[in-house]
Amino acid sequence: MKFLENVVDMKKGHEDLNHDRITVGMATCGISAGADHVFERLKGAELQTMLENVGCAGMCYAEPIVTVKQGDVFSIYGHVTEDKVDMLIQAIRERRVCSELLLGHSLEEIEYYKKQKRLLMSNCGKINPLSVEQYVSAGGYAGLVNALKKKPEEVIADVLKSGLRGRGGAGFPTGKKWQLVAQQQGKRMLVCNGDEGDPGAFMNRVTMESDPFRLIEGMTIAAYAIGSQDGVIYTRAEYPLAVETLLKAIKIAEEKNLLGKNILGIQGFNFTIKMKMGAGAFVCGEETALINSTMGLRGQPRFKPPYPAQRGIDDNPTNINNVSTLSLVSVIMSMGADEFAKIGTEKSKGTAMICLAGKVKRTGVVEVPVGISIRELVFDVGGGVVEGTEFKAVQIGGPAGGCVSEQYLDTKLDYESLQAIGAIMGSGGMIVLNNEACMVDVARYFMSFTAGESCGKCTPCREGTTRMLEILDKITKGLGTKEDLEKLKLLAGFIKENSLCGLGQAAPNPVLSTLQQFGDEYTVHIEKKECPSHACKNLLRYTILDNCIGCGNCKRHCPVNAISGKPKEKHVIDQEKCVRCGACYEACAFDAIERK
Amino acid sequence: MPDINKVLEKYSSPGDLIAALQDIQKEFGYLSEEHMEALSKKIKAPLSRISGVATFYSMFRLKPIGKNHISMCRGTACHVHNSETLLRFIEKKLNIKSGEMTDDGHISLETVNCIGACAKAPAMMVNGKVYGNLDEKKIDKLIEDLRK
Repeated sequence: MKFLENVVDMKKGHEDLNHDRITVGMATCGISAGADHVFERLKGAELQTMLENVGCAGMCYAEPIVTVKQGDVFSIYGHVTEDKVDMLIQAIRERRVCSELLLGHSLEEIEYYKKQKRLLMSNCGKINPLSVEQYVSAGGYAGLVNALKKKPEEVIADVLKSGLRGRGGAGFPTGKKWQLVAQQQGKRMLVCNGDEGDPGAFMNRVTMESDPFRLIEGMTIAAYAIGSQDGVIYTRAEYPLAVETLLKAIKIAEEKNLLGKNILGIQGFNFTIKMKMGAGAFVCGEETALINSTMGLRGQPRFKPPYPAQRGIDDNPTNINNVSTLSLVSVIMSMGADEFAKIGTEKSKGTAMICLAGKVKRTGVVEVPVGISIRELVFDVGGGVVEGTEFKAVQIGGPAGGCVSEQYLDTKLDYESLQAIGAIMGSGGMIVLNNEACMVDVARYFMSFTAGESCGKCTPCREGTTRMLEILDKITKGLGTKEDLEKLKLLAGFIKENSLCGLGQAAPNPVLSTLQQFGDEYTVHIEKKECPSHACKNLLRYTILDNCIGCGNCKRHCPVNAISGKPKEKHVIDQEKCVRCGACYEACAFDAIERK
Repeated sequence: MPDINKVLEKYSSPGDLIAALQDIQKEFGYLSEEHMEALSKKIKAPLSRISGVATFYSMFRLKPIGKNHISMCRGTACHVHNSETLLRFIEKKLNIKSGEMTDDGHISLETVNCIGACAKAPAMMVNGKVYGNLDEKKIDKLIEDLRK
C-alpha cells in the first residue's frame, strides 16, 4: 500500500490550514445571503492574505460567515453582509479584531455549538471543499488507510460493532446490510442515496457541498468491505452546487489514485463513482424506486423481496446507503468502532445531523450526539422560538413523521423514543412551530405533499391520500363535520396497512400525530369554524373598525391595493382583492383592524 | 438554437433516458414532441416510455418557460413562513398562475417542493439563484428588477 503522503501533498494542506487565512462560507445558504459578493469584495481589497471559499459550518442563521486567522488570533464573524464588509476589511488591515461582527474565537465559544458533537461536520466550514490536501491534513483518508489494513469482513465487523444505523430514516443496521450484499455473487453495486427529497431536510446537501471527500472516502471503504467496483451517487438536480462540487471532487480523487484502478497501489482494488441526477420525485428516496430511476425508468417502487441486496440495478446485488451513513463510515474507521459506540444511547449510536428550521431563532444544520433531548435541541442549540412568540411543537421526520408537543419535549432523539410518541427520526429535518402555526394546516400541508408525490402505482396510497387531503381541505375551510375525523382515522389505518412502499405506509403519520396531540384544534375548526392560530386563510377575515382615523398607513402597506379610503376618513378592505397577508394588521398603530 | 442531434450525441441506450431528457431541457428550456421523438429514435426506446418518464418527474416541462424563471419553494419551513401567501402575491402581481408564463414571455412561475434552503425560509430560486428571507417588498423589487 502506498503511503498517503506520497499521494497527496500533505505539507501544502498543513500550510494552508495553519497560515494566515481568510475564509468565506460559500455553500448554498451562504450564497443566498450574499457571500459571493462578500468574497469578491474581500478579493478586491487585496489584503495580501490567503483568501479561500469554504463550505457551510451549519450556522445558516448568521450567514454570510467569514473567518480570519492572523498570527495566533482566529476569529469567526457572522452577518457579514456586503454593507458591513468594509468595516471588516479595515479591521483586517489594522490586524485587530472587528468586535461588531465577532461571533467568537472558536466554534466552542459560540452558544450554538456548546451541545453539539461534530464528527461528520468537523471539516464543514473549515476546509476548502475541493482541496484534498486540506482534507487529508485535517485527518481525512485515515479511515480508508485503517480499513485497507484489515480484511473486508473485518471492516464489516467493525461497522457492526460501531452500532451504526442507517441515517436515511429507517435505522437499519448498516453492517447487516453490508453482510447481505457481501454474501451475493456477481457484480455488486454500491449506491449512495443523496436524493434528499424530504422538505425541511438539507443536511446531505451540506455534506456534499462542504466536505465531498468525506463521502467519497466513506464510499470507498464501503466498496472495499462489500467488494464493489461500481459506485453511484444519486442526488437531486435541485442541488446544482452539490452536483458540481462532487463531480470536481471525484475527478481530483481519480487523479490522486484515490479512486480508479489499484487504489493506493493495492492490486485489484478498483472502484469508480458515477453521478446520477434525479428529476424531482420524492418517492425516489425509496430504494426500489431509486433503482428504477437510475435505470432510466419511472421512479416507481416494486415489491420486496427480492431486496436490492439480492436484485437491484440491472438485477445486480445492490447496496444503498444514505449520504450521512456513508460519511459516518469514514469517521468510524478513523476513530475506531469502540469510540464511536461510546456516543449515543444503548440502541442508537453516534451522532446525527439535524436541520433546524421553522420558527426557531438559530436555524441551520447541527450535529448532536444521539440521545440528546428535543428540549435541548430546540432551546439550548436553537435558542428557542423567535422573539415574542410561544413554542407549540416540533415536526420531525417530514411527510413521514410526526409532532412533538410541549409535554413530550424531554423525549430523547433516538429511533425508539421518537417512534413511541408517534414521530420518527427520519432523515433529521426538524421544523419548529410556534403559536402562529395551525396544526390542522400543517397536517393538510403534508398530505398535499404526499398526495402530489404519490407515484400512483398502488391504490391505497394514490386514492387514500387524495381522499384524506379532501377532508383536511374541508376542515381548514370551515366545512368539516365530526364524522370527518372518524373517516380520517379509518382511512389512515387502511393506507398504512395496505400501501406498497414506505411513502404510503407513512403518509398518514402527520395527521395521526396531530390528531392525537392537538385534537382540540381540529374540533375548534369543525365546531366553531375558527382557526385559533389565524393560519387557515379561508377562515380569516380582516376588517377595518370604526376607530380608524384614516391615516392611510394600511393602504400604503397593502401589496395588492385592496384598501381604499380618503385621508382622515375610515378606510375599507376589498375582500375580493385581499390576499390575507396581514400586512395592514401589522402596520396599523391604532388597533383599528380586526382579525377574525 | 442548439442542434438536437448534437445534444443527443453521447446517448445511446434506454438507461440514459433521464440524463438525456435533462440535457434537452437544459438546452431548449423544455421538452417538445419533436425532441422526444428524436430521442426515441436515438436510444431505441418507444415514445410511450419517453413520455411516461417525462410526465412522471416533476422537473420536466412540456411547455416553454419565460426569459426569467421563478421557482417558488413550497417546502415545510417555507410553508410555516407563509410562502403560500407570497405565492398568491406573485401570481397577482404577474397576473399568471403557477405553471404559467406572462403574455410577453418575460417571466414564468412554478412551485417546487423543497430547494433545501430551509434555514433561509421563505425562499425561491430566480434563474437558478436562491433568494432567502423573502417578503412582499423583496419580491416586489426582484420582479421589478427582472422587468428592467
